[in-house]
Amino acid sequence: MASSANAHGHDDHHDHHTPGFVSRWFFSTNHKDIGTLYIIFSLIAAIVGIGLSFLMRLELQQPGMQIFSDGQMWNVFVSAHGLIMVFFVIMPALIGGFGNWFVPIMIGAPDMAFPRLNNISFWLLVPAFLLLAGSMFVGQGAGAGWTIYPPLSDDTYQSGMSMDMALFALHLAGASSILGAVNFITTIFNMRAPGMTLHKMPLFAWSMLVTAFLLLLSVPVLGGAITMLITDRNFGTSFFDPAGGGDPVLFQHLFWFFGHPEVYIMILPAFGIISHVISTFSKKPIFGYLGMAYAMVAIGVVGFVVWAHHMYQSGIDVDTRAYFMAATMVIAVPTGIKIFSWIATMWGGSIRLETPMLFAVGFIFLFTVGGVTGVVLANAGVTQILHNTYYVVAHFHYVLSLGAVFGIYAGIYYWMGKMSGYQYSETLGRIHFWMTFIGVNLTFFPMHFLGNQGMPRRYPDYPDAFWGWNLVASLGAYISVASFLFFFYVMFDTFRRKVRVPGNYWGEGATTLEWQVSSPPPFHTFDELPRIR
Amino acid sequence: MVGAPQPWGIGLQAAGGPIKERIHDFNDLLLWIIIITTVFVAALLAVCLWKYNHKTNPVASQNSHNTALEIAWTVVPVLILLVIAIPSFRLIYYQDRARDADLTINVTGRQWYWNYAYPDNGNFNFDSRMVADADLQPGQLRNLDVDEPLVVPVNRTIRIITHGQDVIHSFFVPSLGVQRYSIPGRTIETWMRADHTGTFYGQCNQICGTNHAFMPIVVRALPQAEFDAWVASARTRFADSTGAAPAPVAIAEAARGNAGTEVQLAARQ
Repeated sequence: MASSANAHGHDDHHDHHTPGFVSRWFFSTNHKDIGTLYIIFSLIAAIVGIGLSFLMRLELQQPGMQIFSDGQMWNVFVSAHGLIMVFFVIMPALIGGFGNWFVPIMIGAPDMAFPRLNNISFWLLVPAFLLLAGSMFVGQGAGAGWTIYPPLSDDTYQSGMSMDMALFALHLAGASSILGAVNFITTIFNMRAPGMTLHKMPLFAWSMLVTAFLLLLSVPVLGGAITMLITDRNFGTSFFDPAGGGDPVLFQHLFWFFGHPEVYIMILPAFGIISHVISTFSKKPIFGYLGMAYAMVAIGVVGFVVWAHHMYQSGIDVDTRAYFMAATMVIAVPTGIKIFSWIATMWGGSIRLETPMLFAVGFIFLFTVGGVTGVVLANAGVTQILHNTYYVVAHFHYVLSLGAVFGIYAGIYYWMGKMSGYQYSETLGRIHFWMTFIGVNLTFFPMHFLGNQGMPRRYPDYPDAFWGWNLVASLGAYISVASFLFFFYVMFDTFRRKVRVPGNYWGEGATTLEWQVSSPPPFHTFDELPRIR
Repeated sequence: MVGAPQPWGIGLQAAGGPIKERIHDFNDLLLWIIIITTVFVAALLAVCLWKYNHKTNPVASQNSHNTALEIAWTVVPVLILLVIAIPSFRLIYYQDRARDADLTINVTGRQWYWNYAYPDNGNFNFDSRMVADADLQPGQLRNLDVDEPLVVPVNRTIRIITHGQDVIHSFFVPSLGVQRYSIPGRTIETWMRADHTGTFYGQCNQICGTNHAFMPIVVRALPQAEFDAWVASARTRFADSTGAAPAPVAIAEAARGNAGTEVQLAARQ
């Protein structure tokens, strides 16, 4: 939809600006290099996060306690898996990785608005991750779930430094996110190329704009909540302790005021990527562009006023529950607009079903499954027996583990050639897709059944009746882990074979600005601002 | 009946009471709607991939707007949501609390067992702990059976009031359709009713520390006469639990000749 008029070639004469290894990768101020760092970081964190879930599925493969010594160790793993996947895998890959790489290029900006801020956003994540990973090895570990509800996260019930380390990790990761959000908002509002109006901006840039606003408005609330938790733990306050006049439910409100927008923070960038992939591989402009952009804005706005649907069992008033039910169901409308617009984009197209498109089509289907179970869970009447069960686990893994992760894979295969200059092997990519698709569905679909039957989440051991579907889920998880390892082989193969690609290797369907520059783009993408017709 | 998970079960646990029956009715409606929606989306995707792939359709249309279609896929979901919302609101107001409860039971979650108190029957209370694997009797369910079940009369409306003691727990009995957190500093009211005599199993459903998975809930519904007999025996067995300031009724009844209770009360005063 936007095309560049800058016809001059991007020759290698830019490269003499390229700094040396240390200053390029450790003091980087280049959005593409920082994006690459984020993606590498995310993959490393994914090894840890997925490794934890692999051990958890090993334990759940059969009833009884086999490999975990006790419930606290289990709770530490559950908590670390959740926090790592949210803060150190999904967010860095989608926002820090693809956002940094492609938002400036797509809007025709030479770089992010604040390159040094960008650098510290990334480098704050590294100590944050080390603190969180380290917390697993200190004392009893931080085993209060990723929701860290007090009183369980109090110093009485999670004594020692471990929980404090995890909380400081969240603080650092939160600071990183806020700074990143400031950077994206400034970049998108002020650095669009001439002619690139907001209503011509590619949908991925739109998704990042909405995501950045969600981060800017929600993460400080988490920061406040965990600061209060830290002072409750260490400095004798009692914000959440009823014995001192505090209230544990206050924490739940603050946490979910952050936590619910957070889930849209994880999925909106994937929405953006999927829109580009669908449009490119259907050789059609995106259907209902304005509706798509404003559906994301609507999801972002409404996402801020639905938080207490996570708290139906916490004793909130029935009228309050009724409001939060209604508001939550409203979100299905803009989400439906997006699903149907993607399908309408494909409709009448000339579809090439290559790896990125396989992941995108898989995304639409799996996100629909996760979305409709979300509509079920919006109803407090049913959530009375599904709350905190494996039905919820299935639901949020369908939208995140299958939704956001499929978005990341679609993005990696779509832009691999653009980012590295080398194309992946299509055969290996397809094998990877099918392994992942089968593995994750086998893992997470049976969890709906377990939840219907009443299996609570965060259980290292369960009544024997739950054995069957847990065994199936574990087998699925092993396939998923194998597919993740296979993904590394696909990457290795890509860099080993070094198949060079031209600037626009997807052909006429790829219309955004990143396809107007070489693959990989020169170190400084635009010497001269592109003009958008 | 027995309200418990079944091997390879895929649906909701069988209903043991009116709340759960209404949840079933509503869940059936939801299930139809979400299955139809998912199949519809899957079918559209399949048609796209089949009809509009680059072999059968080499030239893509450039159509990117259709106002009528866009209005339709906004309005139709709104209507579907209305169909869901109306019964859904009815259900939550029905579930909320019991207007005329026959019996009130105080439920307290503790690390890692439950405490049940019967304020209407002499205010005795007792702890309910999981039966350890080594002590399981034949027929008992591992990780589900407890030493002292929560005994209730069948066909009576039971008001449940949850209290917190240490951390947050969740009182959750799927087959009776009841769940509420027990939160320190809060009292939360809900209700349940068993339509059948039998045993209804549940488990703690909010992460609460190392033995979160090992504090199950057992509700045993008995006919009124058997329930009364159980109350009489429980008041003896748990007589020392009635607290430092027992309800006046309890003292009066104790004076009427329950020697065990009297001794206990005397010892306390």
